[in-house]
Amino acid sequence: MGTEAVRGFELDLDAFAGPFDLLCTLVLKEELELAEVELAGLVLAFLERLEPDDLEACGEFLVLVASLLELKARGLFPDEEVELDELDPEDAAEELAERLAAYRRIRAGAEWLERRLEGERDRYFRIGPAPLAPVRERTLPQEDPAALVEALRALAADPPEPSLRHLALTFPPVSLFLDRFRSTLRRRRRFLFDEEVADLSRAELAVAFLALLELRKAGDASIVQPAPFEPITVWKSAA
Amino acid sequence: MEERRLGAPFSLSVVENPVDRLARTLEALFVVASQPLSAGELAEATNEDPERVETALALLAGRYREGRSGIVLEQVAGGWAFRAAREAAQACERLFERPAQRGLTQAALETMAIVAYLGPVSRPEIARIRGVAADSAVAGLVERGLIAEAGREDEGGAVRYRTTPLFERVFGLVGPDELPPLEELAGDAEELRARLEAVAERRA
Repeated sequence: MGTEAVRGFELDLDAFAGPFDLLCTLVLKEELELAEVELAGLVLAFLERLEPDDLEACGEFLVLVASLLELKARGLFPDEEVELDELDPEDAAEELAERLAAYRRIRAGAEWLERRLEGERDRYFRIGPAPLAPVRERTLPQEDPAALVEALRALAADPPEPSLRHLALTFPPVSLFLDRFRSTLRRRRRFLFDEEVADLSRAELAVAFLALLELRKAGDASIVQPAPFEPITVWKSAA
Repeated sequence: MEERRLGAPFSLSVVENPVDRLARTLEALFVVASQPLSAGELAEATNEDPERVETALALLAGRYREGRSGIVLEQVAGGWAFRAAREAAQACERLFERPAQRGLTQAALETMAIVAYLGPVSRPEIARIRGVAADSAVAGLVERGLIAEAGREDEGGAVRYRTTPLFERVFGLVGPDELPPLEELAGDAEELRARLEAVAERRA
């Protein structure tokens, strides 16, 4: 038979049909519940076709089936090992007896159901929902169709054009403010910068401030600000 | 009663027995329904009072019975329904398969018994009683419509299962009360217990 043959060994069990190594793969990938595979059936199927002098095949099979048995045994007692370990033999027997009794009762119930099912085999009837079963009415509040129209109209309207003004900032030339401040200083010895630029836009304000710095650089004016954010006073230069 | 009261004064014309008329309406309802209809549902559909519906049902049960008709009216799964007469079973079988009723495995039968007797129960509970995982047995029974989900456990939140009306219908039960008590079926568990205790003593 050989090890290859063991792995390719075709099985036909209740829970699984196919080669042995596929069974092992499915079990390892947890796609097949080992608890549902009848391992005794597997062993029997193997024994039927076993050649007694093929030690290699027998060894391979023994290793694999022993692993499966251990896995299955562990799977059957998921988290109860600890619990059972702590019981003394008498309690363990009691616990086991109770479980077996419960299982026995269920077995009896299953047997009754089986007999019943067998007895009812000749009762044929239609299965499925009644074609004319009353459809449950869904109660919805009364709605005004006009409200729906209104809601749709709001969706159908073009959205407002976004403002592009910030993309096209126009900066006036610095010279404009230079001339303006110079002419002011010709009339007055000093002026308050904040008053002079009070109604300007932010862009204009920035240019006006540049003009002020230019004025100072040229020596036409001196600038006094007692503290940050205090009003700026512009003085005509003495010269 | 009805017949005698109406029969005498109108003896010359064809007498329409009102119970007969109601019975005919019920026949019609059973034909269009494919699930058992309760007396309450029948009373509602016919707009008749439940007592008269019961009378008409008794009349129909007499007409549609094994040996007299190919259609049998049976009380099942909490209601009344038409089914085929048993004598026609072989013909029915040749006509179509009954996937929902065929071939329940031992695992499925045990799981079925646990859900029927102890339900609603969760898969872990079923596995604990049977000693093996119940996943595929439960899935199979759900697929066949014999059990259905019935909420979740308070602790852990595992899905619980109960039997469906189809289960009662397939197993020919009028209602869940018709299952025989497990104690009666299983007999005395003392002998088993004594044997286990004897084993335990020898080990100790």
